Amino acid sequence: MTETLPPHMRPDRSFQGLILTLQRFWADYGCVILQPYDMEVGAGTFHPATTLRALGPKPWRAAYVQPSRRPKDGRYGENPNRFQHYYQFQVILKPNPPNLQELYLASLKAIGIDTSLHDIRFVEDDWESPTLGASGLGWECWCDGMEVSQFTYFQYVAGIECRPVSGELTYGLERLAMYLQGVDNGYELNFNGREGDEKVTYGDVFQQAEEEYSRHNFEFADTEMLKRHFEDAEKECRLLLEAGTPDPTASDQRHKMVLPAYDQCIKASHRFNLLDARGVISVTERQSYILRVRELAKACGAAWLLTDAGGMN
Amino acid sequence: MPDLLLELFSEEIPARMQRKAAEDLRKLVTDVIVGAGLHYEGAKAFATPRRLTLTINGIPTHSAATREERKGPKVGAPEAAIQGFLRSAGLSSIDEATIQSDPKKGDFYVATIEKHGRHTTDILAEAIPAIIRSFPWPKSMHWGTGRLQWVRPLQSILCTFGPETEDPEVIDFEVDGIRSGNVTRGHRFLAPGEIVVKRFDDYVDKLEKAKVVLDADRRKDIILHDARDRAFALGLELVEDEGLLEEVAGLVEWPVVLTGTFEEDFLAIPPEVIRATIRANQKCFVVRKAGSSELANRFVLVSNIEARDGGAAIAAGNGRVIRARLSDAKFFYDTDRKSPLESRLPKFEEIVFHEKLGTQAERIQRIEALAAAIAPLIGADVELTLRAARLAKTDLVTEMVGEFPELQGLMGKYYARAQGEPESVAVAIEDHYKPQGPSDRVPTDPVAIAVALADKLDTLVGFWAIDEKPTGSKDPYALRRAALGVIRIVLTVPVTLPLRATLMQALSAINDKAVTAAVAAYEQEQLTVTTQDVDGEQDLDNAIEAFGREYRSRLAEGASALAEDLLAFFIDRLKVQLRESGARHDLVDAVLSAGEEAEAKTQDDLLLIVRRVEALGKFLATEDGANLLAGYRRAANILKAEEKKGESFAGEIETTRLTLPEEQALHVATRFALADAEASVAREDFESAMAALARLRGPVDAFFDKVLVNADEPEVRANRLRLLAAIRKATLAVADFSKVGG
Repeated sequence: MTETLPPHMRPDRSFQGLILTLQRFWADYGCVILQPYDMEVGAGTFHPATTLRALGPKPWRAAYVQPSRRPKDGRYGENPNRFQHYYQFQVILKPNPPNLQELYLASLKAIGIDTSLHDIRFVEDDWESPTLGASGLGWECWCDGMEVSQFTYFQYVAGIECRPVSGELTYGLERLAMYLQGVDNGYELNFNGREGDEKVTYGDVFQQAEEEYSRHNFEFADTEMLKRHFEDAEKECRLLLEAGTPDPTASDQRHKMVLPAYDQCIKASHRFNLLDARGVISVTERQSYILRVRELAKACGAAWLLTDAGGMN
Repeated sequence: MPDLLLELFSEEIPARMQRKAAEDLRKLVTDVIVGAGLHYEGAKAFATPRRLTLTINGIPTHSAATREERKGPKVGAPEAAIQGFLRSAGLSSIDEATIQSDPKKGDFYVATIEKHGRHTTDILAEAIPAIIRSFPWPKSMHWGTGRLQWVRPLQSILCTFGPETEDPEVIDFEVDGIRSGNVTRGHRFLAPGEIVVKRFDDYVDKLEKAKVVLDADRRKDIILHDARDRAFALGLELVEDEGLLEEVAGLVEWPVVLTGTFEEDFLAIPPEVIRATIRANQKCFVVRKAGSSELANRFVLVSNIEARDGGAAIAAGNGRVIRARLSDAKFFYDTDRKSPLESRLPKFEEIVFHEKLGTQAERIQRIEALAAAIAPLIGADVELTLRAARLAKTDLVTEMVGEFPELQGLMGKYYARAQGEPESVAVAIEDHYKPQGPSDRVPTDPVAIAVALADKLDTLVGFWAIDEKPTGSKDPYALRRAALGVIRIVLTVPVTLPLRATLMQALSAINDKAVTAAVAAYEQEQLTVTTQDVDGEQDLDNAIEAFGREYRSRLAEGASALAEDLLAFFIDRLKVQLRESGARHDLVDAVLSAGEEAEAKTQDDLLLIVRRVEALGKFLATEDGANLLAGYRRAANILKAEEKKGESFAGEIETTRLTLPEEQALHVATRFALADAEASVAREDFESAMAALARLRGPVDAFFDKVLVNADEPEVRANRLRLLAAIRKATLAVADFSKVGG
């Protein structure tokens, strides 16, 4: 597959080439290729196309890039492989096909990883997201000792048992690209696959942002405001869920406002991450914040099951 | 007789679960075989990352028919009894039972349960799916749309049965859509095709050709030898690591050992950190310069494939990740050293040690106070001890220990040295956790000993105070280990530690906290119920003060009982420790009981107890000791019989009635023995105490030889019994011989 591509599109020479190759691969498999969710999230899993769609009986196949924000991981643009904003490529298949491991390996082949040269390993890693009330069993996928993906069979999401089970693949795009392009510094990644004057690096695109956001996340984000916003989002989420709950006497028992409510859950989660980065949350408070977000996620998940996409019809 | 071959082929099984799963499979299937009345000659189970395999040889093809008669209720018994009988005997109606008559009991039902012999293949085809469905994985999962649970998705089942000379048959069954067969697969990358298998030896051969080494121990062996050779070829030595070896053998089906390199600059990081980084994150081994403890800038990795380029890309890739990890570690190491350890103390105010025992900061304060109190007992400098106790936990909140918890203490030592702390403070930070187990080393520096004792005693006393003692197999706070740690320090160093007083002191620190909390709660409660007038305020202050006094004295009363209880726990652990080291733990009771007699309370100096036990053991092993014990028993038995009649012989011996020379000699001997033994015990000179008792042996033997206790004259008889009591009393100054076993 890679031989037929023009050089600037090759996944081992171009960051966007890598993304496009993965999209192409999973589109060929029948996934809907979504665009990133338009909110600040800590991981691709938060996208409603994963969290909510993993619930209920209806089949679902999607793949998308998700910019992910982890305020605490900011290093002012100084650490070559730690960023507060990075890309995940997320694949969600419900139910997981029986040959998901083979599909995953085929996707690695598509981006140029030759399994006769490289040592691919599935190393135990049970995944858990306390804020989403989610957990699953699976592996870290290693390529020559480097973790390049997470492979998870969802068991619970939003506190609800997943039936059928979804398979989730999360590719760490920067790491994978660094490996493919053979660079040790993430900022030196070739973004657009061009050379000379036309070349745009990952650093050209993101280094300034890393510096600015690190400053914001660690030093300037207004903590009082963030606490307020957390509470507002929490309140709004509950209000929306309540407003969307059908009247018990109505003939239509579907829930009418899960997605907007879930947005507020995402918002609360990110406010919490920012507060955590600002270092204003004590150990005990931390636990209670996580629990509060989890309660929202659980309520959204339960409401989702009362919608069409959640399997009501 | 036929053999069984069973393989459960799945997606990658976590390394840590493989060995036990293979063993569980072996046990579950052999239990079924035995339970069905069959037998087998041998069974062996194996695991790789992708398969559990069981081979059982020498199983009969059929189980034998059986016939059993089961007695039931009387004819005319209540319906419930009849129904119960039908159920247990597997009958559908009472007509299927026969009636038998008994001359005494009348008529009753009898069921004849006949079991036909069954084909072994049928038995297994029924049992194996049930075993698969309820397999005891520590964690299992669902996948796809199925109902089955397995550790990771189960992909295929191979199950053949047959004698060596013929083609075996497939034991045919289905589990959640997976049909058993005679097909497996080779290595995921090197030989992914299907393989048709007959029996075990054929299976092992074919797998080996398909790049799968079935036996984990063989994989370990290959890895270990290749790793040693690789290191040797570079003029280096492998740092062996059994835990890592076991894990790595569970990550590969076809081990290929390679070596890689990292920059020499990283060797400035403490070697333990390098090892932890490379081990935990990359599952690679480190190597050292031959004959030295210094690490080399190489690592040994175990790949799962034979790569086209000989492994160059794999070694390079692993090297890059290790360099990135070591950069992180170096960053942590450098960052941590930028802020002094004590600057981290405020963080502990936020970290709860245990809900009922307050924060880590409070615990650190208690350890400081207790360590300072213990320091003079062992000749440790009090100032240094205070400093060490204050810093002992600070590395817990460093970046490095956050990343590698197993480096706790060790990092503290490095950081303390880096900030110029005295060496014994640095050493104490590492060693105060020691000894962690029976084979761990015991701290030797007095400062470290003081902090180590304080740390463990505070833990023990704290959990005793909130009634979280170990019960049965449950010991979540590792209190037995803490007590054993104290015992090992006390005996090894050795330390003379008045345990009772030390425990009381530790308890009072815990209780102070409880009093403060209770008073605060009381005050809060009173404020809400008391009216806001001015007079009330004075009354309230008085009431709160009185409440505090009362509460404190109540806790103090309880404290002494708690300390005794904890002391008993220590004695118990001491006996276990002595038993495990092959000493006579029964002598502990003999020694303790003698002490209780003398002081009306349990001795609390573990070191003295053990010394006394040792001296007693040595004495009893001599001829004098053994004879004296026999004489003691004779005297004690006679006395016991007489005392049962309600008489006491504790009174003074009337010297005028001592007529025989042996009587007189024994009288003198017991008086000297008692005086000498008591004086020696008081000097803690147990050898002399035993020697004093040894001198009793001759007179005791002579007495029993020549003197008739049961004299005709009642006064003489009573006097002689009093002599026997004197023997008992003299021995009791050293040990209660009645508690000596054997």
